[in-house]
This record gives sequence, C-alpha cells and structure tokens, in this order.
Amino acid sequence: MPYRHVVGARTHVFVDLPTLMAKATPVRSGDRLAGIAAESAEEGMAARWCLADVSLAEILARPLIPYEEDDVTRLILDTHDAAAFSDIGHLTVGDFREFLLTASSATLTRIAPGVTPEIAAAVSKIMRNQDLILVARKARVVTRFRNTIGLPGRLSVRLQPNHPTDDAAGITASIIDGLSYGCGDAVIGLNPASDSIATIGGLLHLFDDLIQRLAIPTQGCILTHVTTTIDAINQGLPVDLVFQSIAGTQGANASFGVTLPILREVHEAALSLKRGTLGDNVMYFETGQGSALSANSHHGIDQQTLEARAYAVARPFRPLLVNTVVGFIGPEYLYDGKEIIRAGLEDHFCGKLMGLPLGVDVCYTNHAEADQNDMDTLLTLLGAAGCTFVMGIPGADDVMLNYQSTSFHDSLYLREVLGLKRAPEFEAWLAEIGLTDASGALLPEGPSARLIAAAPGLAA
Amino acid sequence: MSGQDDVSNPWARLARLTPARIGLGRAGAGLPTREVLAFGLAHAQARDAVHTPLDAEAVAKEIEALGFATLTLASAAPDRATYLRRPDLGRTLGEGAGATLTALQAEPVDLALVVADGLSARAVHEGAAAFLKAFKPHIDKAGWRLSPVIVATQARVALGDGIGAGLKARAVAVLIGERPGLSSPDSLGIYLTLNPRTGRTDAERNCISNVRPAGLSHELAAFKLHWLLTQAFALGLTGVGLKDGSDRLLEGPAAQAALADRLG
Repeated sequence: MPYRHVVGARTHVFVDLPTLMAKATPVRSGDRLAGIAAESAEEGMAARWCLADVSLAEILARPLIPYEEDDVTRLILDTHDAAAFSDIGHLTVGDFREFLLTASSATLTRIAPGVTPEIAAAVSKIMRNQDLILVARKARVVTRFRNTIGLPGRLSVRLQPNHPTDDAAGITASIIDGLSYGCGDAVIGLNPASDSIATIGGLLHLFDDLIQRLAIPTQGCILTHVTTTIDAINQGLPVDLVFQSIAGTQGANASFGVTLPILREVHEAALSLKRGTLGDNVMYFETGQGSALSANSHHGIDQQTLEARAYAVARPFRPLLVNTVVGFIGPEYLYDGKEIIRAGLEDHFCGKLMGLPLGVDVCYTNHAEADQNDMDTLLTLLGAAGCTFVMGIPGADDVMLNYQSTSFHDSLYLREVLGLKRAPEFEAWLAEIGLTDASGALLPEGPSARLIAAAPGLAA
Repeated sequence: MSGQDDVSNPWARLARLTPARIGLGRAGAGLPTREVLAFGLAHAQARDAVHTPLDAEAVAKEIEALGFATLTLASAAPDRATYLRRPDLGRTLGEGAGATLTALQAEPVDLALVVADGLSARAVHEGAAAFLKAFKPHIDKAGWRLSPVIVATQARVALGDGIGAGLKARAVAVLIGERPGLSSPDSLGIYLTLNPRTGRTDAERNCISNVRPAGLSHELAAFKLHWLLTQAFALGLTGVGLKDGSDRLLEGPAAQAALADRLG
C-alpha cells in the first residue's frame, strides 16, 4: 500500500512501509550506499510527516521483512507481548512521540515488551536529539552479575585492555591502569587478537585470577566468537560473560557465523556455570548500524531500523550489557561526527525503549570525518541521556582494533560534570581499597603500588 | 606542562609492557597538556596516512625481486574519495580486469596471493614484500602451485574473491593495509578464503591481523598462514569452522625447532 504526503503542489509517494521508513531516516552515508535514502531534504521531511500518521498497530501488522524469510522477524512476532502493547496500540507514531515525552519511568518499563524494533525505530525518526535524550533518560534498565548496573545517576565503564598480541603482562598493565582511574564496573572485556582456544583459555584464567585476587565486584569477558566460548565452557575454563556480535537479520547473523539456536545453546551453558553472585544476566552483545548492509543482507531496510532489530535478537537472552559500537564500521555507513552523534543517540534510545541495558562505544576511525571533539560531544549527550556504560580505553587509543574511543580520563570528566556514580558495589570497593574518597572522587595518592603488587606477573 | 601527578616509576615500568597509552598521569579529570597534543599529532598523521596513494609499481618491483611474477590491477573505485564511501566498488574488479585474470591463468593453481592497499598503503609499502619473503620457503616446501602475485589498488578484502575465482585458485590470501590506528599506521592483515568466488562472507574467512614490526612478526604470520592453509586444504573449509590451532603447535618442541630453523 503506497503512502502519500502533499507539500504545496507536490505529492510525495512512498511505495511501501520499508521505503517510507528509509526516507524518513535522517540522512546518513550507509542508506545512500544502499540507494534507499531520501533524495531531497523535502522528501525526507515529507516522509516524516507521513510516518507520523501511521499507527503502531499497522507497523506491527506489516513486517518489513517477511515472517517466512527471516528468523529475526519470527522472533519479534512470536515473542511480542500483546498485553504490554495494548497501552500503545491505538497510537500513531506521532502520538507515540508525545506519549513518550510525557510518560513516567514506570510506564516505559511496562510498555517495553510491547515495543517492537520497528516501532522504536519509527518513532526515533521523527524525534529530535533532545527528545531521544529526554525519553532514554527516563527508561531505566537494571541488570546484575557480580554488581548492579544501570541504576539512576550511575554510569558504568567497560575496561578494554586490548593488546596487539594478547601479551599477558601488557594486558594486565592496562587493567591496573584502568582500575586506578576507577574504571571496570561494567566489565573488564578484552578483544583478543587470536581466536585460538589455547590463547583464550590463558586469558580467561588471567582475568579470573585478577578479579579474585583483588576481590573486585565485577565480571570478565574475552570477546571471542560464541563457538569458541562454547569450547571454553566445555573445557571447564572460567567464563563469566558470553560475548557475541549480532545483527538485525538472519542473513547478517549468518555472516557473523551465528544463529538463534547457537545463542540459546551458549546461553544455557553459561547459566549452568552459576558464576554470578548477584544475578544471572550472563550475555554481552555488540551491535552497530551498517552491519547488515555490510553483509549484503539488508533487504532494502534502512540501517537504523535494522540496528533496532538487533536489540530484538538480544532481548530474550536478558543480557547484562548491550553495546552499540557506533562509529567503528566506518564512513561508508556514518560519514562524519554529526552522523555518528545522531546514530549514537538513536541506538541508545531504541535499546532503552525496548528494555535493554544499552551502552555506547563512542568511537570513530581514522578514515571518518570525525575527531575527539565529536566524541566529547556525544559522550556528554549520552551522559545526560542516562547511558548504561561507555568504554574506557588507555588514552582513547585502541592499539589492537585500530580506532579511537573514550578513555579512562573521559569517564572522570563525565562523572565530574554530571555527578555520575559507578555501580554501587564497585564504588564501595574503590573506597575500601583507598582509591577514592567517600564521594567517589579519586584521591591524589591512590593505592597504585598495592594494585600493581597484587597483579600477577607485574611486581618488581 | 606536566600534569599535577608526575608519572611515578612503577607506571613507567608498566608502560614498557604495552604499546597502549597507560601511565599518562592526569590534570584533575583531564589529560596532561603534553598528552592532549601528542594524541592530536598522532591523529593528524593517521589522517594523512589514509590518503597516501599506493606506489604499486615499486611494490611490484620488490615482490618480483623475490622471484614472484606480478600483475597490477585496480578495483572499480576510481579514486580515494569514492573508495571511502563506496566499499562495494572496492570489492569489484575494475573494467577488463576479469578478462585479464582469466587470460593470465589457464591452469588451476593452489593459491592466489593478493597484495592490496586497503586503508593503509604504508602497511603495504613497509610490510608486504617482507612478509612474502618470510612466506616463500613455506610455499616452496609445500609445493603449492602459485599464480602471479596480484597488486591491487583501491581494494577491499572481498576483491580477492573475484581475483581468486578468475585465477582458478583453490584458495586466496589477501594481504591488505588495515585501517590505521594512532599507534599502528603500518598494520597488515591477511585474509584467507578457500574456494574463492564472488559472494563469500567474512564468516568464511580466517584472518591473521596486526602483522607489523611491533605486532605479529612476518615469520610468525607466515607460519600461521602455512598452518591455516594446510588445515584448510585438508578439512575443505575456512572461516569460523577452522580455529587457529597454530599456537598449540608452536608450543611443541618440534615446532619450536622448526620455527627456529626457519627464522635462522
């Protein structure tokens, strides 16, 4: 069924819902690459006017990718919560924006299971950046493993101690550095250079030993493919969190070598280890706009809507953390700082609206038109939006993955400017070891020597 | 211009253990001035590196000096600006290249090697020939039949699929400049794909990344590529189904001796 909107003497026609959604999306290079972006600024606004009049019930009834063709569509529809949807089903997209701006935190929590990714994406397309911040701030999502993540007024940090050759001493040095800035409450999570089980096993032991020796109320994760993590669990290695990159279509997930049954298998395996002390949120997912197009599995759907569909893949697994790696994929998907900032706010909003613990890797590559000033801006906006966690990387320079993200210092900046605290258990630990004062601020002379002395292999 | 906390001795010692930017000190919540400026300079240099064109002629000459035949070709991306926005063109052979490849190679080969600029010509300038020098003894020992080495400009990893198919190769290994990091503008990645043909996905490849003097050495990367190729031919697959088990082999005394032999 075509959609129409009249502007003066001109009638804009959009042949179907996927076309309307794509043209209503604030312009970015990835949708242009796919040949689905609005062709003029006026067409983009006409599409937004038109989308604002579409009802949420209609979006639910018209899957963008057919049920028979795609297991992500099947997952979305088969697990849809009709009771939660009944509060919002009568609204148009335009009404829904106003509903969200006035809704309480409790209302947002109640409707979350009824919000499909297509509905979240649709409403985000007619929201300004300030709307995305305001609503996301009200949507609270709390998860637990060995600490409590996502409480109001809190911001957690993934300590990312990557090393180009997975050298144990080098990785440990980066971890100690990050801990000394009070980072690591979301997870201590390493992207290994190798995917060999021997290397992964060594790293799992390294993390487990360090967390136990220093009694840190946090969790570790080696970000390797789920099939390798299954091998690690079968070998009895100490796996806290299971990592996997996921995307919003069956084909894109296949390009990552992952299927829904494999995710179910590894989730069950991780639960059976019972390593969480406060909760059993055991999954860590990463996503990012553009991955489906990159895998040639986008079905003509815009990249922002497909990103929201990736959150639908994550949702049944009750993840501890979901991280949109927003600027990592490159300028062919998000060209410059303006596009990266918009995408980061959209992703965070859509994830939170769907009830997921969204964090953002505020980042860019050296071939994008962006720099650290753009990251400062996005980081500050996400802090205001109640983002669950961000990355902490030594000096913001990832020497393994070759991109720039946010640093340990950046988290200190955000805490000072916005008064954000760490996860309560981690905050208490930092005070206990003498690193911070009662307010959570770093003391001038922290216990660096003690941290170093306790780290395996680093003592002088 | 130092921060309010000087970098104390233990941090200087730790900083030597990793190329990561640790032990920077701080001025309140911020970085010391010297670190802000050092980061800005490194980013400026990386930005410049992305836009440096590949000197394909010089690279081909270096590779020929090792005893390989070479052929230079281009992707369908006409320039750097288009290449950055249109990865699809970087994965597609330029006009006439397909016919050239078919004419070049009448008989099937075991392996096609592709040297591609990717996002860092500098990585190729400084590392491609050195890697091939380290890898050549492995090829000779295994007795693999080889096509001419293809030097490709404005190229993405998947350009190797069309090249490998055109050369009737059982496998293709693409040596490509990785996107430059602030501390690693010279990093080469090696992507191995069995039975290359257009449309292969990344899940069907194995990757050896961070090949550079300060990362994975050429000798070790060559050892790993040989191991992966041998396994790929034996098992009939590459990608997530083929795990890199070369580390285990490296830990064995025989392998250590063999590697020492090659390095020697």
